Amino acid sequence: MIKNLAPKLSDAEYEKNFADINPPFAPHNAKVEANRCLFCFDAPCTRACPTHIDIPAFIKKIASGNMRGSAKDILDANILGMSCGRICPVDSLCEGACVYNERETEPIQIGRLQRYSIDWFYANWDTVKGRFKAGKPNGKKVACIGGGPASLSCTFYLAQLGYAVTIYDKNDKPGGLNTYGIARYKMSAEEALKEVELVKHVGVKFKQSCEVGKDVAVDKLVKENDAIFVGIGLGQTEDLGIPGEDLPGVVDAITFIDELKHNKLRDVKVGRRVAVIGAGNTSVDAATQAKRLGAEMVMVLYRRSEAEMPAYEYEYEIAKKDGCVYYFLTAPKRIVGKGVVEGIECIRMKLGKPDASGRPAPEPVPGSEFTLECDMVIKSLGQRKQRGFVEKTLGLKTDKKGRIAVDEVTMQASNPKFYAGGDCVNGGREVVNAVAHGKRAAWAIHKQITGEDVDLEGLWKEEKLRRVANTAKYQYA
Amino acid sequence: MADLSINCAGIKSPNPYWLASAPPTNSGAQIQRAFDLGWGGAVWKTLGESIINVNSRFWALDYGPTRMMGLNNIELITARPWDTNLREIKQTKKKYPKNAVVVSLMIESKKESWQKAVKEINDTGCDGIELNFGCPHGMSERGMGAAVGQVPEYTKMITEWVKEVAEVPVLVKLTPNVTNPVVIARAAAAAKADGISLINTVNSIMGINLDTFSPFPSVDGKGSHGGYCGPAVKPIALNMVSACAVDKEVGIPISGIGGVSTWQDAVEFMLLGSTSVQVCTAVMHYGYRIVEDMIDGLSNWMDEKGYKKCTDFIGKALPNIKDWGDLNLNYKLVARINPDLCIGCELCHVAAWDGSHQCIDLEMGNGHRVPIINDPECVGCNLCMLVCPVDGCITMVEVPTGKKPMSWRQYQEALGKNPKCEPPGYIEH
Repeated sequence: MIKNLAPKLSDAEYEKNFADINPPFAPHNAKVEANRCLFCFDAPCTRACPTHIDIPAFIKKIASGNMRGSAKDILDANILGMSCGRICPVDSLCEGACVYNERETEPIQIGRLQRYSIDWFYANWDTVKGRFKAGKPNGKKVACIGGGPASLSCTFYLAQLGYAVTIYDKNDKPGGLNTYGIARYKMSAEEALKEVELVKHVGVKFKQSCEVGKDVAVDKLVKENDAIFVGIGLGQTEDLGIPGEDLPGVVDAITFIDELKHNKLRDVKVGRRVAVIGAGNTSVDAATQAKRLGAEMVMVLYRRSEAEMPAYEYEYEIAKKDGCVYYFLTAPKRIVGKGVVEGIECIRMKLGKPDASGRPAPEPVPGSEFTLECDMVIKSLGQRKQRGFVEKTLGLKTDKKGRIAVDEVTMQASNPKFYAGGDCVNGGREVVNAVAHGKRAAWAIHKQITGEDVDLEGLWKEEKLRRVANTAKYQYA
Repeated sequence: MADLSINCAGIKSPNPYWLASAPPTNSGAQIQRAFDLGWGGAVWKTLGESIINVNSRFWALDYGPTRMMGLNNIELITARPWDTNLREIKQTKKKYPKNAVVVSLMIESKKESWQKAVKEINDTGCDGIELNFGCPHGMSERGMGAAVGQVPEYTKMITEWVKEVAEVPVLVKLTPNVTNPVVIARAAAAAKADGISLINTVNSIMGINLDTFSPFPSVDGKGSHGGYCGPAVKPIALNMVSACAVDKEVGIPISGIGGVSTWQDAVEFMLLGSTSVQVCTAVMHYGYRIVEDMIDGLSNWMDEKGYKKCTDFIGKALPNIKDWGDLNLNYKLVARINPDLCIGCELCHVAAWDGSHQCIDLEMGNGHRVPIINDPECVGCNLCMLVCPVDGCITMVEVPTGKKPMSWRQYQEALGKNPKCEPPGYIEH
């Protein structure tokens, strides 16, 4: 229940507010941009991409009109090429590494070009899907726990090598955070599900609404499979740990974003005045979407200063443009209201000596309490690790921060039959990092089971790039 | 997946892509790396007389922000010792039996010298010999290269010397610096050459430095005409290739050269009768790795079109290359502007007004900038569509005329029968 609901918008306003934030290229513009690419040798963009997509190669193929080849180059390296083209923090990755930055020129719009290529692929699905096939069955079985980006990646590559792979996923729809957790103006759930279709196309089986440890025993999975990949992501949003947290009108960001994703916008409830606690990227998604749903005032509360804020610069820009108001050095003390959220009492903070994270520790300023009137509080303090499930149910070791402990190269966990990747291993990063983990794990699983190195040339662009770049191998007279 | 392998005049390679005789084929190490990355064949940098090169050697024509639309060079044939090259040719061929290794030769115009050289080349195990009768600079002044290739009699004579002793197929490489390369191609065919390769580079001066008056590239303030190549020469090369391909007296396989940078360029050369294509400038710009898209793109295109092998489409566009006199004068097009796409630059208007047939008007005074086609004045020339910066904004639409197709040649024949017969086409103002 929310005390004052934001007024509903017209259909046209909803459509405008949730339209694609970064619309696709028109063909001519894609070609112009593709031709602007210098086609660097041993390209920094490719190195900067965690999945090492051969970026100049796929861009060159857009320029030459070889769209099939272009999409294949991307998907061979990154099964979630469509999601990544839309949601990757490209400023910090490929586009940030573009050599054009060195001469104060706009970098190549790699993300949009990738989207152009992959959109073409899915638009021509019937004629192009045949380029990816299930491998000849090798009689080996792998189970994946969790159905998000890391598992999709791991299974996509294993299935092409001939493994019988099954994803066990507690959600009712496949795709994990890709389906549930991405702001609607960045990518719709329907689009995320297209990528799942490609994974299904190579023979991966999906068991939805199936919770491991409850609906299926871990022992059974261990017995029936040659390897197990864990891609369970993170758990619930961290609690605020303050009075009033249970009042109606307090929601967590993940639930709010999920609701937006799977309901008619008109049916999603949002308060007139909304306070968002925390200033990471998820907080931006929640704050901007609350604003776009019609909230009159969205306040983002963060206990440190702008400099320590974890959100990416471009995400922060979106929030500012949407008119979200940032309260830095502000911590919530208690949520107030008679049976429903009516406001949030805050206290001013100042920065002290660095804490364990290396960032200056915020300290309350005595007597600086003030109350912000609001109808809704969205918690966005980051997600909890699923330490209990990992240690007790799966029997795997975790590190100090509660993340699954793995070998950095092979993604192998403390039990050699288990591999893990994605947010449950790195504590919550990008989709592209999860894809890279899944791919590396697929390679290591294959090597462990068969003793063979994967046909690196066909499947792994990284290896191919090394080969192309190895000019020194040849003896020049 | 389509089979990309080809057999050009008896020289076989796993795909139609050969490196042209040039700096990218200067050594065994380079060619071996190129083969590892996918190139089907390589024509070794020309062997022959000993030479000394100048500094600098290359200059490029940039067009707006686009680098190296055209490239010019005044480098000569190989500067490496004859024996070193022969040793590396042998070694490369042994290591890469499936790739085509072709040796380019340019020898002083004496029968003994040519035949001695060819006999030594026979022993390398190479797949073919290409006679460099095309190099337009440096060597031509010494009676070689284009000096041979510009005279059909010399071309025929030297090709015959070579054919007497050659044990592998012989390609004659043609220069475009002649009035009609078909005449030279016929001479090569008459001398029983196995195939021709064209075009070599085009004579060119790349520009002049406005401060020093030195031409580019500058050698101590002076310059010389050099060989021009790269994307800019492709249309010239396509015309010459197709002219040789349709000529009945030529009738021998063609290895197409001239500005090939992508698989699409290669397909165009092949549709006009080339069996293999040779590439240089694009490799000098981006390296051997470009062949990956060239192979992949060609293969995808063939799959899409249902072609199983290259011979399914080689020469397929030749029937569409006609004499002007055989074109249909009763075919009528007019331009159409899509007002929703028009951005109001009015380039089409000024191009038509000053540069073509004054058929695009401005609707003055009503606030919108979309020009209007004056249909009766439009001659269907394409110019407005070509200058329009927006894809698909201006399209050319066929206007049914109800008239039967009639070419100039048919009109002349019809006039012979009936001097008062109705002329085809339209009256232009």
